[in-house]
Amino acid sequence: MDWQALFLSIKLSTLTVAFLLPTGIYFGRLLAYKQFSGKSVIQALLAIPLILPPTVLGYYLLIGLGAESIPGIWLNTLFDRSFVFSFEGLLIASLLFNLPFAIQPCQRAFEAIPREIREAASCCGMPPFKVLWRIELPLAWTGIVTAMVMTFAHTLGEFGVVLMVGGNIPGETRTIAIAIYDSVQAFDNNAAAIMSASLLAFSIITITVTYIISDKNKLHHG
Amino acid sequence: MDNPGIDIRLKQASPIPLDVELHCGSGEVVALVGPSGSGKTTILRSIAGLYKPAYAVINCQNEIWSDCSNKKLKPAYQRSVGLVFQNHALFPHFTALQNVMEALPKQAKQQAKKQALALFKKVHLEGLEQRYPRALSGGQQQRVAVARALAREPKVLLLDEPFSSVDQVTRRRLYRELIELRRSLSIPIIIVTHDLEEASLLADKLYILHKGITLQSGKPNEVSAQPKTALVAKLMDQQNIFTATVIKHDHDQQKTLLQWHDLTLEANLQSNYPIAEKVCWMIQPTNILLHRRHRQSNGDKENPFSGTIIEYFVLGGYASMVVQLDNTVKITMSVPLHVAQRNHLNYGEKIALSLLRKGIHLMPYTTLRRKE
Repeated sequence: MDWQALFLSIKLSTLTVAFLLPTGIYFGRLLAYKQFSGKSVIQALLAIPLILPPTVLGYYLLIGLGAESIPGIWLNTLFDRSFVFSFEGLLIASLLFNLPFAIQPCQRAFEAIPREIREAASCCGMPPFKVLWRIELPLAWTGIVTAMVMTFAHTLGEFGVVLMVGGNIPGETRTIAIAIYDSVQAFDNNAAAIMSASLLAFSIITITVTYIISDKNKLHHG
Repeated sequence: MDNPGIDIRLKQASPIPLDVELHCGSGEVVALVGPSGSGKTTILRSIAGLYKPAYAVINCQNEIWSDCSNKKLKPAYQRSVGLVFQNHALFPHFTALQNVMEALPKQAKQQAKKQALALFKKVHLEGLEQRYPRALSGGQQQRVAVARALAREPKVLLLDEPFSSVDQVTRRRLYRELIELRRSLSIPIIIVTHDLEEASLLADKLYILHKGITLQSGKPNEVSAQPKTALVAKLMDQQNIFTATVIKHDHDQQKTLLQWHDLTLEANLQSNYPIAEKVCWMIQPTNILLHRRHRQSNGDKENPFSGTIIEYFVLGGYASMVVQLDNTVKITMSVPLHVAQRNHLNYGEKIALSLLRKGIHLMPYTTLRRKE
């Protein structure tokens, strides 16, 4: 068992969730309630990581963050370091490919709150922030929890994008999924089996917990 | 004025056409009546600040909520509005008591609870405070919604088809409770409904709306007996609307004569319609008098006709029927069931009736789609 890779994966997943929690809530709510031109295009772009092969996304990120691209030059100048083959680069990639997992469940959850409920809250004298805090978040929390669990689990298991952008540097960019691949390449099937079983168990647990929360919420709010 | 009520002026061309001017005094109940798409709910939402029409001037109890001339617009949460939604819109994650407490002005928790419990008593909901909305019946949810709307100590109470999602028995009970409740409230109450019976029962004044425009306003009995146009009469669900031609105004006998197909009708004098002009006219079922079979009365002399019952059905203690007067003319009338039974009325029976002069109301001519 490559504990270093496991901890790196957990660190990456936790940071991804931490950044995407407010992002998912903000953009999910925006897409659920606001009508604006170009909304369909934005929604389509957000869904691209769901259908694009991870290696393609990884390729574009590698080029985009590289020292020869404009964003890459800009980031290198701003932070005085390269983002490819680094943990920070991996985090940027992780944030981008997890956007649909974080935003879409939040959007669906906010969409499921009837307009009249939100309007009733305004008519009760609640300012917009209080409506969000007292009414919308408690009613949408199942979707928000689902989004975060999915983001965490997806980051933990991602392989293609990680390999393309981060490479395989122990302690820096070598995640558990890459460690499994490495073990198989090195004919260390025992280690690969333990790590795979751990990931499988974790995935089953997270998905089950998500469904339990979702069912409990349905029971509670009818 | 100390207690001026609410004045509303809304205007916009699209997406929802609106051109209305409304007033509801304090302690008065106004009903906005009209078919689906007439803009009733949009007006209510505009008052509450949930919808922003292109032009809106709203003055409630001397407080300007919206004034397009100086671009003043109070957001919904700053308007003292009590709004009861059609589907009640209770917060599903709060108990009934919490739902009401959320709307109370900021105060100590104990005081707020006391006030909320008093509201529960007012709407006859004691004992159900700790229930979640899903565990309440439609009528109980409606009462919680009313209590929540009143909790804010509103300057205007708005009710959007509040009785549409409850059964008939509950609805009648809620009517009584609302009538009782309004006596204790000295604020304007605006109710949206498409149910004319409900509007006439609850409201002091009706606004008949069609495609965002007020067609007519007035007391319920005035609007239903004297609609300004045939369209208003149709919207008021009048069954007997016809066209005729004015043939004579008799100022001595205070009557106007009409040619209605091959028949001549006498109506009370309505000399504002020129001779030979086509008009629409209507009569309410209450102004159609059934002749007793073997006993004449004074009313029998007014526009007497005989005909055959071609439709007959009993509904809610009344017998409704369509009577064919000649080959082209059919008239709808209803009588209490005991009257129908005493006179042996039924399908195919021949009867005699009178159209009372005072009940024949003339309106400007318009094409009537319905066959006469």
